[in-house]
Amino acid sequence: MTLSAVLIQAIPLTLLFATPFLFAALGEVFVQRSGVLNLGVEGMMLMGAFIGIYVAAPSGLNQGPIIGLLAAMLTGGIMGLAMAFVSVTLQAEQGISGIGFTLFGQGLSSLLFRIMTGGVITADKNAFPAINLPILSSLPTLGKMFFQENILVYVAFALVPISIWVLNQTKWGLQIRACGQNPAAADSMGVNVVRVRYATLIFGGIMAGVAGASLSIAATPIFQENMTAGAGFIAVALVYFGGWSPFRVMLGALLFSIANNLQIWAQLLNVKIAGSVIPPNLLIMVPYVLTIAVLVFARQRRRTEPAALTKPFQRGEN
Amino acid sequence: MKKILLFVLALVVLSAGVVSAQSSPFKVAIVMPSTINDLSWSQSMYDALTGIQTAMGGADKLEIAYTENMYDVTAAEQAVRDYADQGYNLIIAHGTQYNSFLFNVAADYPNTSFAWGTATDTGESQGLKNIFAYQANAEQGGYVEGVMAAMMSKSGTIGIVGPIPAGDALLYINGFQQGIKATKPSDTILLAYTGGFGDTTAAAQVAKTQIAAGADVLTGSAQQVVGAIDAIQTAGGLWFGTQWDQSGQWPNTVVASQAYDWKPTLTDMISKIQAGTLGGTVYTLTLENKGLIFDYGKVTIPDDVKAAADQAVADIIAGKITVEQDLATPEAVEMTPEAAAATPEATAAATAAS
Amino acid sequence: MKLRLSISDLVIALTPIIAVLLAFVAGAVLLVIVGADPIKAYGSMIDGAFGNQANLLRTLTRATPLLIIAVGICIAFRAGVINIGAEGQVFIGAIAAAAFSLGIGSTLPAPLLAPLTVLTGFIAGAIWGGIPGFLKARFGVNEILSTVMMNEIATQLLLYLLAGPLLDPAEQKSGTLVPQTAQIPNGAWLARLAPPSQVHIGLFIGLVMAVLVYLLLWRTPLGYRIRAVGLNKDASRYAGISVPLYIMLALVLSGGLAGMAGAVELTGINHRVVEGFAVGYGFSGIVVALFGRLHPLGAIPSAFLFGALLVGADRMQRTMQVPSATVTAIEGLVVIFVVSSDFFVRRYTARRKAREVSTVMPEVKPVEATT
Repeated sequence: MTLSAVLIQAIPLTLLFATPFLFAALGEVFVQRSGVLNLGVEGMMLMGAFIGIYVAAPSGLNQGPIIGLLAAMLTGGIMGLAMAFVSVTLQAEQGISGIGFTLFGQGLSSLLFRIMTGGVITADKNAFPAINLPILSSLPTLGKMFFQENILVYVAFALVPISIWVLNQTKWGLQIRACGQNPAAADSMGVNVVRVRYATLIFGGIMAGVAGASLSIAATPIFQENMTAGAGFIAVALVYFGGWSPFRVMLGALLFSIANNLQIWAQLLNVKIAGSVIPPNLLIMVPYVLTIAVLVFARQRRRTEPAALTKPFQRGEN
Repeated sequence: MKKILLFVLALVVLSAGVVSAQSSPFKVAIVMPSTINDLSWSQSMYDALTGIQTAMGGADKLEIAYTENMYDVTAAEQAVRDYADQGYNLIIAHGTQYNSFLFNVAADYPNTSFAWGTATDTGESQGLKNIFAYQANAEQGGYVEGVMAAMMSKSGTIGIVGPIPAGDALLYINGFQQGIKATKPSDTILLAYTGGFGDTTAAAQVAKTQIAAGADVLTGSAQQVVGAIDAIQTAGGLWFGTQWDQSGQWPNTVVASQAYDWKPTLTDMISKIQAGTLGGTVYTLTLENKGLIFDYGKVTIPDDVKAAADQAVADIIAGKITVEQDLATPEAVEMTPEAAAATPEATAAATAAS
Repeated sequence: MKLRLSISDLVIALTPIIAVLLAFVAGAVLLVIVGADPIKAYGSMIDGAFGNQANLLRTLTRATPLLIIAVGICIAFRAGVINIGAEGQVFIGAIAAAAFSLGIGSTLPAPLLAPLTVLTGFIAGAIWGGIPGFLKARFGVNEILSTVMMNEIATQLLLYLLAGPLLDPAEQKSGTLVPQTAQIPNGAWLARLAPPSQVHIGLFIGLVMAVLVYLLLWRTPLGYRIRAVGLNKDASRYAGISVPLYIMLALVLSGGLAGMAGAVELTGINHRVVEGFAVGYGFSGIVVALFGRLHPLGAIPSAFLFGALLVGADRMQRTMQVPSATVTAIEGLVVIFVVSSDFFVRRYTARRKAREVSTVMPEVKPVEATT
């Protein structure tokens, strides 16, 4: 099987499974740009995934994918609000409070899954269907590769330029960046640092909720305990990979996702090195190794790093 | 039918024993690595326990306590010792990884009976008399399902979604591959592992990739497979399961599931304990002793497939077919460009699945 | 002055306890949802963790690896490095220690084998932790990214070794192929302190490490530089300190201690590495370090309390037969509430400082303590 044949098959799945990373990581870009580290993404994704599918699925509340998505957004937003209260108002150590939210989200989503479903829930006919984009989807080869995805995939990628624009061209973006770079100066210019950070954390929570729902009511579309299996942490790592730039975060999500898909192909085709099959566990490492390796070779630009990242803001300080 | 009769008989004898010997319930505790609803290893044992409990007449006759998510072996030992202190009659350490402490604990509590699996060692060589061991010859059922899968695949491409290449998942996968090879040697087997047991997303991604590569029949094991089953359902393909009957949720997709029936094993253990024998037996679930059973969904299985499956079962029981547990390194898949290109339907199905 | 000090100490000590109680109150809602009596549940939890000598020893057993990991985390965080990678460093330390004691180490006499096995764990963890350290120092690769990724790499490497080169020959022979190493030789086992309890001399290793790291960080020039880098990189640079070198060194030591924790858990308790070995210890270790205010000595009571939380929560799950997820959620609440409660401690100490200052300089503005 030629590489190009594999790639044609791999691209649609790469886009599909890059989507949850992209949603969660784009949200985290806003959070970190405002000076807060949210390590609770994993827990928020799980809660969004469960509430989303429970509201949407025929065996749950049967409200369909759109209401399910809104419920996931609401869930993520509430968790983002709680994280904001803890890490902005109460100025808690952000790394640790995030781990707390991850534990809480893991526990609560599994618990709700256990008591509200019979142990299995599928979104079934209430999942977001794949959409054939008019004209584009009928392009030879390209149509199949890029334009037959579910709506959330298109939304995730559309959010990349929108995020760039908001961050760099709007007053909101300026305020967010100011809060992350120099909150004291932002404060003295009349920016309400607390309010901005609340807003980004709620937005980040909403995006994490959508990321979860993009699995449970679109890509997979089922729920299982701890189904995100660390994707939330990968999403946070991708923010660093992308150096807080939405565009490069997208590149990171795509790189990670395609490497993951190609390692599956390598397993399926029993790809050999020096005459022996590569053990599966070593292939599974590839996307993780590659992500680090790319950063080593493409030296990270550090100037975008929000100077006040992880530092709580207190008026009158400095 | 004979088995059921025997089972009922055993229960009658057993409950008589319970009533005459002691009025307090028989107390069983189970410590397991995943959860009671993991759709696989842990659930198969927990459900067997509750099944026996119902058959014996409820919690007054058989008391069950469980500790779940004990993948941490240190914590598991604490749980097992705690149960032993509380006077449980039988404590099931439902994971091979518990061997690091089980023999020590059993030596400290000679009047308590312990059971563990997947295992074949009852500690007799160390002078222990209070340990039962149990295992499942998952490769046998895997073989039979492989035979069926090969006959029912139209594309001649079959995918396997594995967790990690080890343990009874590997036994099953190895058996499944041998079944395919024995039936249709020319079939393409697409095998990939997710590297974990609970990564539903990875399982879905592996399944969708296999579907994109032309697979129309899939199998897999561990709790993560729900993602894969849903993917193959959406693509209109077929699924073969193991460890747990998955046909309930996907009746039109799951052709057959090899299920572990621990009830006869547990029943025998309990009656032995009540008769004063606290261990020493190794139980193996096989096709022959019907510890491995097949549950079927609503998928119509052609008569010749059924006949071939029955024949495979009979041959394995008769020893005409030996299913290897361990396989040599797999050969590289010979996938012709035509085969890859000849899967537009599969590709469409895969993208529709998204 | 003396009296005030003791009251403030009391407030500082009581705040986290009140926070834990509040977290339990919030967790009670979850317990009611799953149909468990919260009072009975928490009763079993406390009894399970502290109720008698055996339970107390269980708590100490679980605290042991967490203490060693947390002490290492203190070094990294004090150098301003967020080491999320303890999880993977524990695995690597354990598997390297197992390989050593099963391989070249197996011929060594017992008095040498056990310490060298633990040392192997330290070295392996130090190398694994040193990789993100080197990448950060040399290439500016963010340590959160590299340590998150290296956790997954370590997990897969471990699985590969357990199912492949280090697979127990007995598993191969019996055909069950369960992913685990063979049992390490008796000579490598750490002595148990009070059999049949699991508690072993690793506990003392942890205590000694806490003191050593305290001395290192506060009593040596090396430790001073590590902390200086964490406090202010620019100032350190002006002072002639090689910032990348000390960042790397901090990660090496931090990873080394995590690796040592893995080796101690192996030689003290499990005596073989199995699939699922020490999963979650790394993250718990981070929480323990932060609860202990990133002070190696603070990690001692913190590890004890977190060990108690784990043991008590297990007991609660057992007694009440609630899904283990309930326990995970309550642990999350405890973490969130305790870390939030710091706010009140900081505000209290800041007010006190302000009062003290105001007796000298009445006009000064109240100053909030910084973290």
